[in-house]
Amino acid sequence: MTKFSDADVQKLARLSRLQLSKKEISTFKDELSAIVSYVEQLQKVDVAGFVPTSQVTGLTDVVRADELVDYGVTPADLLKNAPALEDDQFKVKRMVG
Amino acid sequence: MAALDSWPAIKDIARSVQAGETTAISQVEKALAIIEKSKDYNAILSVTSERARKRAVEIDASIAKGQKIGKLAGVPFIAKDNFLAFGAPTTAASHILENFEAPYQASAIAKLEAEGAILVAKSNLDAFAHGSSTENSAYGPTKNPHDISRVPGGSSGGSAAAVALGLTPFALGTDTGGSIRLPASYCGVIGFKPTYGLVSRYGVVAMASSTDVIGPFARNAQDTAIVLDVLAGRDSFDGTTIERQKQYEVGSASLKGKKIGIVKEFFGKGLSEDVRKNIDAQISIAKKEGAEVVEVSIPSIDLALAVYYVLVPAEVSSNLSRYDGQRYGLSATDAENLDESYELARERGFEAENKRRILIGTYVLSSGYYDAYYKKAQTVRTKLISEFNEVFEKVDFLLGPTAPGTAFKLGENVDDPLAMYLVDIMTVSANLVGIPSVSVPAGTASGLPVGMQLMAPQSKDAELLELAYAFEEVQS
Repeated sequence: MTKFSDADVQKLARLSRLQLSKKEISTFKDELSAIVSYVEQLQKVDVAGFVPTSQVTGLTDVVRADELVDYGVTPADLLKNAPALEDDQFKVKRMVG
Repeated sequence: MAALDSWPAIKDIARSVQAGETTAISQVEKALAIIEKSKDYNAILSVTSERARKRAVEIDASIAKGQKIGKLAGVPFIAKDNFLAFGAPTTAASHILENFEAPYQASAIAKLEAEGAILVAKSNLDAFAHGSSTENSAYGPTKNPHDISRVPGGSSGGSAAAVALGLTPFALGTDTGGSIRLPASYCGVIGFKPTYGLVSRYGVVAMASSTDVIGPFARNAQDTAIVLDVLAGRDSFDGTTIERQKQYEVGSASLKGKKIGIVKEFFGKGLSEDVRKNIDAQISIAKKEGAEVVEVSIPSIDLALAVYYVLVPAEVSSNLSRYDGQRYGLSATDAENLDESYELARERGFEAENKRRILIGTYVLSSGYYDAYYKKAQTVRTKLISEFNEVFEKVDFLLGPTAPGTAFKLGENVDDPLAMYLVDIMTVSANLVGIPSVSVPAGTASGLPVGMQLMAPQSKDAELLELAYAFEEVQS
């Protein structure tokens, strides 16, 4: 039975780049505790002889030929949704301070 | 029945459009008029009338010149709003993508349009496909066409409701843990989840990359099969795609001699009596028609939901890290610095369920917990796969309910995320194992549709469609 504290949720929020409100922290604390306690049943399962699965159809190392492919997308297409641009580059807030 | 209007079979629409007996533009106008009448259900987030009319006029002009269009000539369709399409917004029902205009297009849309189908609208969903009721949409829930006080299921609830309402003959959805089959069950239509990798996901908003698939909703097995036949196969833009089977269209089918396993674990406590009765009736039909029906057991199915709610949030937290408000999407212009601009954009742009899954995913992937949660869940996944493989040595198909109950009331589960997750308890296994699975209508209980779930081994999608067709045939 895992119980999340305000500080636990705050730490996860920070790692997830989410600025949660106090109310959200308090709700998520209880909800996350319930969900994580539910999935904890897996820890008792005997999995001797099994290895982890991350891909189910057996494909491995799918690579395309090393040649130029026209995806029909121009730089202008990719920039059109940008919130802020300067000289055709994404403009972001200052990094420090 | 809840339909506002009806459509001929897809092959008949395409044939009569090609033959000049009707026009593509009249099909589009018909769809747009029904969509206009369906506003109370909130199944549609945006209508793509301009591009639809333009495309219809082009198709009609080509036909007038004697050109052959394709097997979906003039057939209007709706795509869940997590498919990127030219000339249409793609919001994923979230605020973070509210004003996003797709710079490229999903392969699934391109393939359908190449055969003459016409996109007329984008449908509602739980934001980023996180949910089982469509109530997590940033733009309000979709209502169930059979009872407006109930949910349509989710996350592809808008597409399921659209087909049940008769807005278009078919619609596209995505299924990560049941998001096609559950709403199909609640809305009384067919919803098909193909083998993992059978349909290209290029241009579709990613949720959990190891289980996400794309599939159609339709009113019958033949329509479903025609659409899958167009969608299926390798795509150089999606490295996870696999070889297709020769063809998926169904002509004739019989239940006689089909080896069907009844999954014992799906009939335990938690299954509503209404649903049990309807599924039992389907089993009796199968037996009467000469199918070989045996009970089978897949014990790890009872663990599948726990596996799913470790692996999927983990993949969600990773896939959703791209939404940072810098290159596209909601931007926090009032932020003081870069870090705060990430945090504010994500805080304002994501719905509560998105945040919940990102937080759980971040937790199970974090240092110190990775082995205990993520790796353990991946290993139990392997055990589940091996149990399915063993059972598929004895039977060709599996049968059970799609969901433990019928459509629940709007608001009933919104304050209890775990109760909402439990609705998916019968659908998640097929995603974890990568096998095809379809929900087919199995009558009604107290006026609400019940869905039967059929499953087959990987790359037996054509056989599964044939089985769905066989069930449909004996009932009609």
